[in-house]
Amino acid sequence: MTALTMPARPGHDARLRPVPWRRMAWVTWRQHRATLGAVAGFLGACAVYLWLTGLQIHHAYAADCHPASSIACTINFTGRYATTANVVSSFLQAVPALIGAFLGAPVLAREMETGTFRYAWTQGFGRWRWTLAKLVLLAIAVTAAAGAFSVLFSWYNQPFFAAGYAVPFDTRLFGLRVVAFAAWTLAAFAIGVLAGMLIRRVVPAIAATLAVYAGLAFAAALWLREHYMTPLTTSSPSLPGSAWIISQWYTKGGKFAFPDRGTQILNALSRLCPSSNGPPAQCLSQHGYTEWTSYQPGSRFWPFQWIEGGWLLALSVLLIAATIWLVRRRAA
Amino acid sequence: MNVIEASGLGKRYGSTWALCECALAIPAGHVAALVGPNGAGKTTLLNLAVGLAEPTAGGVTVLGGRPAGSPAALDGIAFVAQDTPLYLNLPAADMLHLTRNLNRRFDQAYAEARLAELGIPLKRRAGRLSGGQQAQLALTLALARRPRLLILDEPVAMLDPVARHDFMATVLTAAADDGVSVVLSSHVLAELERVADYLILLSRGRVQVAGDVEDLLATHRLLTGPAAEASGYTERPVVHARRAGAQAHLLVRATAEDPVPPRWEAHPVGLEELAMAYLREPGAAALPGPVRGRALPLETGHPTEETK
Repeated sequence: MTALTMPARPGHDARLRPVPWRRMAWVTWRQHRATLGAVAGFLGACAVYLWLTGLQIHHAYAADCHPASSIACTINFTGRYATTANVVSSFLQAVPALIGAFLGAPVLAREMETGTFRYAWTQGFGRWRWTLAKLVLLAIAVTAAAGAFSVLFSWYNQPFFAAGYAVPFDTRLFGLRVVAFAAWTLAAFAIGVLAGMLIRRVVPAIAATLAVYAGLAFAAALWLREHYMTPLTTSSPSLPGSAWIISQWYTKGGKFAFPDRGTQILNALSRLCPSSNGPPAQCLSQHGYTEWTSYQPGSRFWPFQWIEGGWLLALSVLLIAATIWLVRRRAA
Repeated sequence: MNVIEASGLGKRYGSTWALCECALAIPAGHVAALVGPNGAGKTTLLNLAVGLAEPTAGGVTVLGGRPAGSPAALDGIAFVAQDTPLYLNLPAADMLHLTRNLNRRFDQAYAEARLAELGIPLKRRAGRLSGGQQAQLALTLALARRPRLLILDEPVAMLDPVARHDFMATVLTAAADDGVSVVLSSHVLAELERVADYLILLSRGRVQVAGDVEDLLATHRLLTGPAAEASGYTERPVVHARRAGAQAHLLVRATAEDPVPPRWEAHPVGLEELAMAYLREPGAAALPGPVRGRALPLETGHPTEETK
């Protein structure tokens, strides 16, 4: 009853050493080892499949594709394996989204949904440190796993590039290559954790992650990627096969005439070359039109990979920072 | 030292104030009960004290001036939230390990001994424990942190009477043996008398009564007399009046020394009775003056002068 008022000792409190960061390693592992195991198992199974079929593909390429233009190569290599490779690369598009949805989204959504954040965030570790440590560890884990996996995929796909069947900027393949695949996986994870923190329920957060990721991936492939660097322009009719053609149009007398698509070129063709069976450019050039092409050369593949990786990394850092900010200021 | 101190504390959710103009100083060394009807703001106040929520107005400090939610505050406080959240997929042993990793102090031997005593197998998943065992596990995790302040939000609401008794026995042991200050919220009044020695009554987001239980009981009497004369009693403030046939029962703010009118009898009042009387009269208030370490006599107030 006679509790005397004791002066607070801020000096003592200021020297309070925080709980070491490394303690979160075990905590994160223990809480997420099942999901991490599932991700590792899934990627591992895919990797075994890629490795086994990849060996066959490499053998077929080595045996029959000298030169790559030979009929044997077309029949025994591309004819036999191209469809499989297409199916595989289509399927792998979903992998980052699945990792983001099933590993990223529940990290915070489950805490909020089950109320365990009231336990986790009132421990001595401190809640924003808890969030930061957990998200950074998981982000590194998924990014590293995705990076390693995409190295294997690049090896798997390499003969198709060598045979000239696949091009570097192939929309489907670009996001699966080393830098981009790791970055997309990281971004999917970051989208997932932020969605989980905002929505606070696991299943809706998973759905939102899949939707947002798909939207972002489509936007990047369809509209964003071609603008990473200013395209080159040429009027030469022969472009290297590795070039990514952005747009084509015709000029006459140094002035823009019409684009190489739509009704205008059809009108011009039916007016100028009604009976021509050859390529339209050939006929139109006889009438004084020049075909221009803007394109991204294949040599820009790696700069483009790094640009895509760079902005995705920046986006992920931003999303994770936003998540931590939300954790700091909003609860209960 | 005050384990929880608030001034002008308010928390608004949307357009409703869950807590409003809350001024409070709970001294150390008590088992303080935070009582009030559902929606009175008990959980909000506790969430603010542990830093899970940010105040809309005013401020709250814990353990002698540490800002709520700061690392120094979290280090000294153990909080068991409503419905005792645990990771249900983790075995009890892993919950111990988790808590040990997340705190500077953790008394592993104490925690293991307590779980053994309670018959909770270390290998059993938290989700497969009974409700009472889950509550005990959460409490064990909290106490093994060796806190100076233990905050419990509706800890026994979901428990059966035996589990409730065992749980409170653990809390009281910790308070008595280790000097842990305890603040617990509850809407179960029945057990308070046995457990609490400090009472905070919260109603509609405001503190209605706060004080040492002994002082509160010493300054309230139950007067019984003819119902016809009940409205004529004005000597001391009446908290709550109840009629039973020709008899009237008045709970008044008065000590044993205060005079009793003729034909009236004065009885000491129990804590449950006192709390109930105030809960029925949300306008009445009994708040202490400025706390200077020592409990001061209560100020008096009339039931009609408070805002509703």
